[in-house]
Amino acid sequence: MAYSDKVVEHYNHPRNVGSLPKEDPNVGTGLVGAPECGDVMKLQMRINPETQVIEEAKFKTFGCGSAIASSSLATEWVKGKTVDEALSIKNTDIVRELSLPPVKIHCSVLAEDAIKAAIGDWKKKHGAEVEEGDTARAHD
Amino acid sequence: MAIKLPIYMDNHATTPVDPRVVDAMLPYFHEKFGNSASRNHAFGWAAEEAVENARAQIARLINATPKEIIFTSGATESNNLAIKGVAEMYREKGNHIITQVTEHKAVLDTCKRLEKYGYEVTYLPVAKDGRIDLDDLRRAITAKTILITIMYANNEIGVIQPIAEIGKIAKEKGVFFHSDGVQAAGKIPVDVQKDGIDLLALTAHKLYGPKGCGALYVRRRNPRVQLASIIDGGGHERGMRSGTLNVPGIVGFGKAAELCQNEMPEESQRLRGLRDRLKDGIFAALDEVYINGSMIYRLPHNLNISFAFVEGESLLMGINDVAVSSGSACTSATLEPSYVLKALGVGEDLAHTSIRFGLGRFNTQEEVDYVTGRVAEVVTRLRELSPLYEMAKEGMDLSKMNWKTA
Repeated sequence: MAYSDKVVEHYNHPRNVGSLPKEDPNVGTGLVGAPECGDVMKLQMRINPETQVIEEAKFKTFGCGSAIASSSLATEWVKGKTVDEALSIKNTDIVRELSLPPVKIHCSVLAEDAIKAAIGDWKKKHGAEVEEGDTARAHD
Repeated sequence: MAIKLPIYMDNHATTPVDPRVVDAMLPYFHEKFGNSASRNHAFGWAAEEAVENARAQIARLINATPKEIIFTSGATESNNLAIKGVAEMYREKGNHIITQVTEHKAVLDTCKRLEKYGYEVTYLPVAKDGRIDLDDLRRAITAKTILITIMYANNEIGVIQPIAEIGKIAKEKGVFFHSDGVQAAGKIPVDVQKDGIDLLALTAHKLYGPKGCGALYVRRRNPRVQLASIIDGGGHERGMRSGTLNVPGIVGFGKAAELCQNEMPEESQRLRGLRDRLKDGIFAALDEVYINGSMIYRLPHNLNISFAFVEGESLLMGINDVAVSSGSACTSATLEPSYVLKALGVGEDLAHTSIRFGLGRFNTQEEVDYVTGRVAEVVTRLRELSPLYEMAKEGMDLSKMNWKTA
């Protein structure tokens, strides 16, 4: 299967690879997918509690080229956006931007889930004030 | 020596046609183009002679007699003919077939179809090394069993089954033994007498011959195997496979078989050396890599490795100047990784990270060294990108995580 130029570009030069301290109260972490399914995405955002602006975003992804590209693109898109703006990103936007074929749509769904999970984690930290424990494992 | 890119290292999928094979085939397209079934002119006779010569060359490769070789369009057809042909012909005797779980789809799906028609099929499991347990086989045989079909060597992991022992058991129990010999023939010694094989599927394009040309060995003595045909027509190939013969393809198949036979001792040793060099190079460069299947009972040119925490398709994308294949099925709609690796008990997480290397006649040491370097480089880069690698390094037990699955 041939990959689109944009997928190849993100695969070769992934944006914002890395990790943020998950204990940081201003950092939201989303970990979605499963190794058995061949895709795991970890998306982290540092969000300013005053402005609700996503100031920093980092990812790490285990998955095919399209999964890597989808999460790389997601970090690019959420940076500088407010939480509400980021939540309005749809997987179909990612599909369109990366020209993903039908068999790769799940990669974009996972990226959307990762955005929502990371913001959810951050909201949980703020809504219920910071809880003790490992919030990275949001699905425990 | 300069390396020509891309490098082909997927010789279990297909092999390039040896130039000597091409040379042998060329006269049979335009000059000697006759139909081997034309009995009344020189064009037909020339074609027939060429076909009979090829039949003898192929028979010699597996220690059979020329009359026991039936030409087909490829191994898929040969497997279909062997299994469906026996099933129909011996329906009165019984309706039970024994196979095993890591067979090629040409065997598994043929068996599945027969199940729809009232046949019963036993799918033997394999151990972690990829081989069946002979006691399982003995226990599975009943008075209704008419056929055992077990591949010689596996296409993904190169694991060689205990063929001679299976042949012996089949003979003791009076059950026919069919084997898909596609990956083994021409690469390691295959001897239908010593191995006790009654039917053997072969194809030209896995042994440096052309695509679209296969054969089925059908034993004629001790015991004689009869087959119901699945293609009806002019009664070619002793009535077992009608259809005008692919004369140039068959000539190429014969020549390819002869070359394999002559060069096997040297070639298999050379490829084993290259394969081990590849394995050792990868193991020296990377941690958390795992071999799938037995290293003892294995084709000399096969290597199947799981690179933990790196998804196979993304690895292939990184080494895009090297042609290998992945046990991950991220390309398919099912998202199911290799059923062969699953059958060995390889976890789905590791199955998604596996790569199959298939070395061949035209690979060089320089190519092996280049591939080793590329794999090490890309795996290292992708692990930097992998949340799983990070978590494992932090000491988390990934198998104990409660993963959210879509």
